[in-house]
Amino acid sequence: MTYAVRSATVRFGPALALDDVTVEVPGGSVVAVVGGDGAGKSTLLRALVGEVPLDGGTTEAPPKQRIGYLPASSGSWAALTVTQNIDFVARIYGLADDELTARRAELLDRASLTAAADRPAAQLSGGMRRKLGFVMAIVHRPALLILDEPTTGIDPVSRIDLWRLASEAAASGAAVLMSTTYLDEAERAAHLVVLDSGRVLVQGAYDQVRAGFAGVVTQTDQAVRAEWAWRRGRVLHEYWPGSDPPAGTTTVAADLEDIVVALSLARYHAVPS
Amino acid sequence: MTDVLLRAARVTRRFGAFTAVDDVSMQVQPGEVVGLLGANGAGKTTLIRMLLGLIAVTSGRVELLGGPPDRERRRRLGYVPQGLGLYGDLTVRENLSFSARAYGTAEPALPPALARHAGVLVRELPLGAQRQVAFLAALAHSPDVLVLDEPTSGVDVLARAALWDTIRAQAERGTGVLVTTHYMQEAQQCDRLLLMADGRLVAQGSEADIVGSTRAVAVRTGDWARAFAALNAAGVPVMLAGRAIRVANADPAELAVVLQAAGIQASLEPVPATIEERMLVLARGEKVS
Repeated sequence: MTYAVRSATVRFGPALALDDVTVEVPGGSVVAVVGGDGAGKSTLLRALVGEVPLDGGTTEAPPKQRIGYLPASSGSWAALTVTQNIDFVARIYGLADDELTARRAELLDRASLTAAADRPAAQLSGGMRRKLGFVMAIVHRPALLILDEPTTGIDPVSRIDLWRLASEAAASGAAVLMSTTYLDEAERAAHLVVLDSGRVLVQGAYDQVRAGFAGVVTQTDQAVRAEWAWRRGRVLHEYWPGSDPPAGTTTVAADLEDIVVALSLARYHAVPS
Repeated sequence: MTDVLLRAARVTRRFGAFTAVDDVSMQVQPGEVVGLLGANGAGKTTLIRMLLGLIAVTSGRVELLGGPPDRERRRRLGYVPQGLGLYGDLTVRENLSFSARAYGTAEPALPPALARHAGVLVRELPLGAQRQVAFLAALAHSPDVLVLDEPTSGVDVLARAALWDTIRAQAERGTGVLVTTHYMQEAQQCDRLLLMADGRLVAQGSEADIVGSTRAVAVRTGDWARAFAALNAAGVPVMLAGRAIRVANADPAELAVVLQAAGIQASLEPVPATIEERMLVLARGEKVS
């Protein structure tokens, strides 16, 4: 089963939050949406969940009770314990008795939260709280799992844990759509979507995105055209969209960071300000 | 001018029975950008708070600009905390005036991107713009030392590149920069890295030095979902990377047994670990063979 938003447009007053965006999320895979603050990531996710009405385009999503959604905010109740949080959500979906007990134990174990089962959510670390939110989003085995920045601001070890949990959901057949501000995380997804100001800058498998990238990136100490250069450690990288770089410059294999910066610059310079 | 801007010499900090920082020695010199890495609870924030003189050491010595981190030396420090340290109920201009007066320096000019927000309350700005304001406030007094906690979290790539330009420009004029980050591509922007785990400094140097001898195994198979499930059930630290599976600090022969038992055909290739995988191995308390 593949879920999707097609040609989606969303306006908030005069602002265009999504501009003709098409993203497909096939069952059994992780699709990552990457972009900065205000790129439209949350709007895209919320549109697929049905929380934001479209001004144009269509969505294909399962019924609400087959969707799991971890919002960018906490996703749990601070005063309830880990167990109470899970049970509350599980009962809404009709889980009870032995089935609930078994499911809760399984999820706590997979998220390494068993030892924290009786702790109020308020007393969890940021990473543990995100894992609790994740568990609450998948307790009913959703067909479509939507995760809004599950890993922003949490430490790398918890990030790897969350990534493993999302992979696990995909391995058992769920369609997983997650947003992230980390490009290295997007590189790991089966399919990545780069959003910029409500539009798709580029999308595909990481290898496709790299193969489809046009132009050349060079490495230099002194940029020829400062407006096409950006910082990578002690050196600068510079993008040559159409023309060849001058003789004697060093070409580098562009990684996702380079590609996203280069395409952002190309778009930025193409739009008259 | 001293050659070491920030120094910790065998520094330990205990909170009751808990040792948050355990015998750590490190330094930051003029013109270098040093990245401080570690999981939550590794002791990064406690170390920084001691270096800045915000909490006392239990034992050992910290030096800021060649002496104790007192108020006079802190005037030459720029600090951008993760929470940015701005006043949400003040405008951009008011925030900058406030910090300029606190440091006894002239109010910084606003770059074009921020000029149109001058009269806007900081809490009404997008996160990226708030970060720019926090940077301006921290840099207005031309500090000799800059300490940045997760400087570009949540910022888009262009804004991030611009912030790193600013950080590099500071380093080039001789400022020493200490950056904590969870973001591995940001770690690659640093000249030198320090890795903390359980309060101790466990590795330092380049990315290769941090990874050390930790290896990972890349598992490639036509049926990644079943392979992932089988390895995950066996309790090894699996990670999905596209359609491949990575396992940190694993023995390929042992993985082959697990996959064979599940009837899965796969190729197993030992590869260098990433910094994140090294941190995962540390967090799991595993020994690296």
